[in-house]
Amino acid sequence: MFVEEKSDIIDEIDKLIAKYGRNRSALLPVLHGIQKKYRYISDFAQQEIAKKLNIHPVEVYSVITFYSFLNKEPKGRNLVRICKSIVCDMKGKDAIVKALERELGIKMGETTKDKKITLEYLNCLGLCDKAPAMAINDRVYTNLTPEKAVELVNKIK
Amino acid sequence: MEGVKHNRFGPVIFSKYERGSAIERALAMSREDILFELKNSGLKGRGGAGFPTSTKWMLTAAAISDKKYLICNADEGEPGTFKDRVLLIEYPELVFDAMVVGGYTIGATEGIVYLRGEYEYLLDSLNDYLNGMRKDNLLGENILGKKGFNFDIRIFLGEGSYVCGEETALIESLEGHRGEARNRPPYPVNTGFMGKPTCVNNVETLATISHIIVKGSEWYKNFGTSKSKGTKLFSISGDCEKPGVYELEWGMKISDVLKLVGAKDTKAVQIGGASGVCLNSSQFDRTLAYEDVPTGGSIIIFNKKRSMLKVLKNFMEFFVEESCGQCTPCRIGNVKLLEAVKMIEENKLTFGYLKKLKELAETMKIASKCGLGQSSPNPFLSIIENFKEEIFNYAGGGEYAKE
Repeated sequence: MFVEEKSDIIDEIDKLIAKYGRNRSALLPVLHGIQKKYRYISDFAQQEIAKKLNIHPVEVYSVITFYSFLNKEPKGRNLVRICKSIVCDMKGKDAIVKALERELGIKMGETTKDKKITLEYLNCLGLCDKAPAMAINDRVYTNLTPEKAVELVNKIK
Repeated sequence: MEGVKHNRFGPVIFSKYERGSAIERALAMSREDILFELKNSGLKGRGGAGFPTSTKWMLTAAAISDKKYLICNADEGEPGTFKDRVLLIEYPELVFDAMVVGGYTIGATEGIVYLRGEYEYLLDSLNDYLNGMRKDNLLGENILGKKGFNFDIRIFLGEGSYVCGEETALIESLEGHRGEARNRPPYPVNTGFMGKPTCVNNVETLATISHIIVKGSEWYKNFGTSKSKGTKLFSISGDCEKPGVYELEWGMKISDVLKLVGAKDTKAVQIGGASGVCLNSSQFDRTLAYEDVPTGGSIIIFNKKRSMLKVLKNFMEFFVEESCGQCTPCRIGNVKLLEAVKMIEENKLTFGYLKKLKELAETMKIASKCGLGQSSPNPFLSIIENFKEEIFNYAGGGEYAKE
């Protein structure tokens, strides 16, 4: 990691801690902010957060590994997550997954070579009345068809 | 949140309500009167467990502490449930007003909304809404001129964990830990967030309270059955023409609900989300009520084309993934139940082993630490029992099925 990158992360952590407070209960919001900006929480970021919140780095690691929205390995710049709960499954999730896999040339759980898109499953988006649904980053899309899903993903810059 | 049209109809929650009116009304009442109204209404927690809301508020109100918290549980993770999403988008006034009323009643100064990470897209509009309330002195210091009553609300974002909907796991998560349920006692009403008395209420419970405060508990008791008072929001999805959120009185027959949403050729109805029970057509004359089929409000409808084994597999995969892993019955039990589903698919499950698994499922219900493991055997037991014919015929007639 370059020095500039490191100081950038430190600045970001400081900003988040100023907003959420220097205590343990600020951990999740701080991790969320770092995750959102960098798409993952690096070892360096974990150690800096631990130092600043005065907890052991393993505590930070343990929290990251618990929550499915936090990850310690880099992912693509855009996260495409398809709901795999029962109703979306019944309403044609498999066809959407296949179409996206075909279009992007990757399997579920993988990232495109240009690091642009990561494809993932997630559990219930709470949109069962408009199934099938998927999320692209923090926006959601409903009543999908394979064609519509591919079109949406192709729009990602 | 401007521009959202309220075109839903229902006797209680979706009835007319003016922003701030519950707060205004509550501040003119004594705390005891508010608690009495709630008790008289018979309102039970709408998250699914059905604990009397008035008891929770009374216990938190009675706890002695310099600081108390009121938490709104908006970690709606149960597959097939989406009523809280609708409430937060279209009726935030009901939820936030009741939080202020709760703060006044139990003596809390801080309200926290634990919003599931999947609903992050609601965050900005909810924060805007809260700012609007601050501007009108519905939040902040000396609310509506009531000297000494200070209360504010902040929103905390979850990170995609189902188990954090369990109240003690939710509190752990708020404190910056893994979302693992705590041992009880002590209960959150005494030792909750940061060790302080904390009251955790579901979004829908709060929305209902706003109406009860304004219109009175006697009015509320007009709806529902003698044991299940009032109405309930149902998130209805699956094989039907009109999926969506419906407000229905307790005591409605399942067959009537199916008619209402235009479900045809229905084979099975899963009530209460993945952790609920699955009923077959011989049970459709049962009623939705605490005394018959209690539910957190999710109804998933399956028509004749669906494979119930596939449905069960989907549910068990969900629980294996979402079990937090701290207690053995849940961590291992769910894996064993999922294994059994795969064995049925491969025609390898003996009835002898199935009998043992049913015992295991009963053990999980008793020995698991929190609601996840206590309820995850429900779909397994009910689908295996109610769809015996289909499932064991699917396995080729049970060639290996010897006692």
